[in-house]
Amino acid sequence: MDLTYSAPEAAFRAEARAWLDANVGPFRDASSNTADGFAKLREWDRLLFDARLSAVSWPEEYGGRGASLWEWLIFEEEYWAAAAPQRNSQNGIFLLAPTLFEFGTNEQRGRILPKMASGEEVWAQGWSEPNAGSDLAGLRSRAERVVEDGRGGWRLFGQKTWCSRGAFCDRLFGLFRSDPTAERHRGLTYLMVDLRAEGVEVRPVQVLDGEEGFAEVFFDGAFVPDQDVIGEPNDGWAVAMATASSERGLTLRSPGRFLATADRLVELWRARGDRSDPAVADSVVRAWMDAQAYQLFTQQAVSVLMAGEDKKMGAEASLNKVWWSELDLSIHEAALGLLGDEAQLDSDWLRGFEFALAGPIYAGTNEIQRNVIAQRLLGLPRG
Amino acid sequence: MNFAFTEDQMAFRDAVRTLLEKECPPEVVRARWEGKPTEVWASLSDMGVVGMTAPEDAGGLGMDELDLVLVLEECGRAALPEPIVEHAAVVIPALREGGGKTAQRWLPMLAAGEAVATAGLGEAPLVPDADRAALLLDDHDGCLHAVEMSACELTPLDSIDRGRPLFAAAWYAEKDTKVEADFELAFDRAALGASAQLLGLADRMISMTVEHSKEREQFGRAIGSFQAVQHRLADALLRLEFARPVVYRAAYAVARPGECAPADRSLRVSMAKAYAGDAATDAARAALQIHGAIGYSWEFDLHLFMKRAWSLAAAYGDGSFHRRRVGDWLQQREDSDA
Repeated sequence: MDLTYSAPEAAFRAEARAWLDANVGPFRDASSNTADGFAKLREWDRLLFDARLSAVSWPEEYGGRGASLWEWLIFEEEYWAAAAPQRNSQNGIFLLAPTLFEFGTNEQRGRILPKMASGEEVWAQGWSEPNAGSDLAGLRSRAERVVEDGRGGWRLFGQKTWCSRGAFCDRLFGLFRSDPTAERHRGLTYLMVDLRAEGVEVRPVQVLDGEEGFAEVFFDGAFVPDQDVIGEPNDGWAVAMATASSERGLTLRSPGRFLATADRLVELWRARGDRSDPAVADSVVRAWMDAQAYQLFTQQAVSVLMAGEDKKMGAEASLNKVWWSELDLSIHEAALGLLGDEAQLDSDWLRGFEFALAGPIYAGTNEIQRNVIAQRLLGLPRG
Repeated sequence: MNFAFTEDQMAFRDAVRTLLEKECPPEVVRARWEGKPTEVWASLSDMGVVGMTAPEDAGGLGMDELDLVLVLEECGRAALPEPIVEHAAVVIPALREGGGKTAQRWLPMLAAGEAVATAGLGEAPLVPDADRAALLLDDHDGCLHAVEMSACELTPLDSIDRGRPLFAAAWYAEKDTKVEADFELAFDRAALGASAQLLGLADRMISMTVEHSKEREQFGRAIGSFQAVQHRLADALLRLEFARPVVYRAAYAVARPGECAPADRSLRVSMAKAYAGDAATDAARAALQIHGAIGYSWEFDLHLFMKRAWSLAAAYGDGSFHRRRVGDWLQQREDSDA
């Protein structure tokens, strides 16, 4: 066991910190859930990309730095400590990109990844449907195989919903039913769709804070060429599950985000809390410790991943997801408790609380995660 | 960065687990409850576990807290009815650091397991297993003293866990009982050792309950297939798996004083004790509820582990005590860079 950082890691931290300090200012308050904010955050992605900080763990040929998982964690700590904004490109970088690295072709990676990291093409995810949420395999949107003018591809019909930032995104990745005769987990194909194509209609949906953070997307014969299938046709379930594992595993929510929020909670406590109130102190301490525990759990997981061949977490990712989503809520609840009467007013803490409330729902509800923990980690029988 | 144990550390852990599975089944814990002698201390001494933190020239293995933490976890899993934390994690290191005649005289005997040491640290010292011990490490006016048990007046207390019977010890501090070692460090080591045992206890109770809920059928199916049962156990596992790295991080802080100031070490230990205590008491609660009435019976073994968890969760500062320590640290810390 050695919990010290190497000289190159420390140098990378210093570089990231200096760059963020110098550049983040004008972008801090931009919201990716509004048209103006989204446009501003495209510029932010471009700046990060030009500094090769948009996706540090990617290979250099796609605009990354080939950073190790340790360096990625360092970057994330610095990113959130600098109070930098939520990325437009997060679904692309953290969910689609790992899928392309595992299942995509070289042609797809070269065509898609640099534009994703530079903010030129921003990706939405298309999993949920009106009748397929936790039971994702119940999805009904169809992809019909066609060959038109010698060009092979798929025509899409149906509806996706709860697509985060979908109202402003350029493209969407998701699952479509390509073989309606097959058993439900089979016959699904993983496709990438141009949201501006003919036969696609995007309708914004307001989320809890009133911003248009969701969209529903309707497909009426939109065309997707064969080059935009990831993996084999009808094998989309396996491909998507790999993405889901990234989402609730390491990459979507790094410890840095919560460490930074927990430190802000402690600042709030020191600035305006009643320090003699043991109940308040306990809520602050518990939330702060939960963020530290998440960092340590992640460091332990990264050590295992770095030592092994397989760079993915298994069902342990479900422990991760439950912890970070509930931890985020604890931090914000403690902060609102410190605000007292003022918790009734709009504030960054209130906005953060509303966002945190989504955590136990997205990326597989925490009820589904607890099923996974019980059945796959503890070996209990399926119900 | 590498937050992982070495192959050697894990192999030693596995060997201790195997030994305790054989030599410390619940019948042995029950024998201790009834005041009967057990053989397990001798076996652990032969293996070097009892003296693992003693210097090699005193017959020990010269190991540190990172080696010890995994071994103590195993002792917790077995509810080992011996003062292994006090002996190996607290007294031997304090004597090693304090030096002097006491260390010269006692370290070889403690390393070989020929003599047993225990400790009574904290505000209301309850001394575990004093009936088994020849040497007591206790604190007085912020200083540590090592006193021969024959010079102590012992009063047995009614202990919830009779596998870890507690005593009040009265003794006189004298010039030659003083040990020149740090009281705060000794206390942190005791809290760390208890935390490691609590991890093992939580793991044991979760495993017992998983096995039970796979076997036990009601309404025509295994109760472990019900979501209410699954989620309760999932939460217990979640608490355990997040307590684990916090305890290991605290072991690292104690083992590497060069990388960690005393205040930061105490912070790490307090986090460990708070999480491990919660993990074990939460596992106990889930285990009892899911076992139902059988778990509430004297005859069934669950209570041996549950009571050890309650005892250790309260020992060397409970969760509130340690969270207060973390709160004080947070209030006092200078804004520092990550």
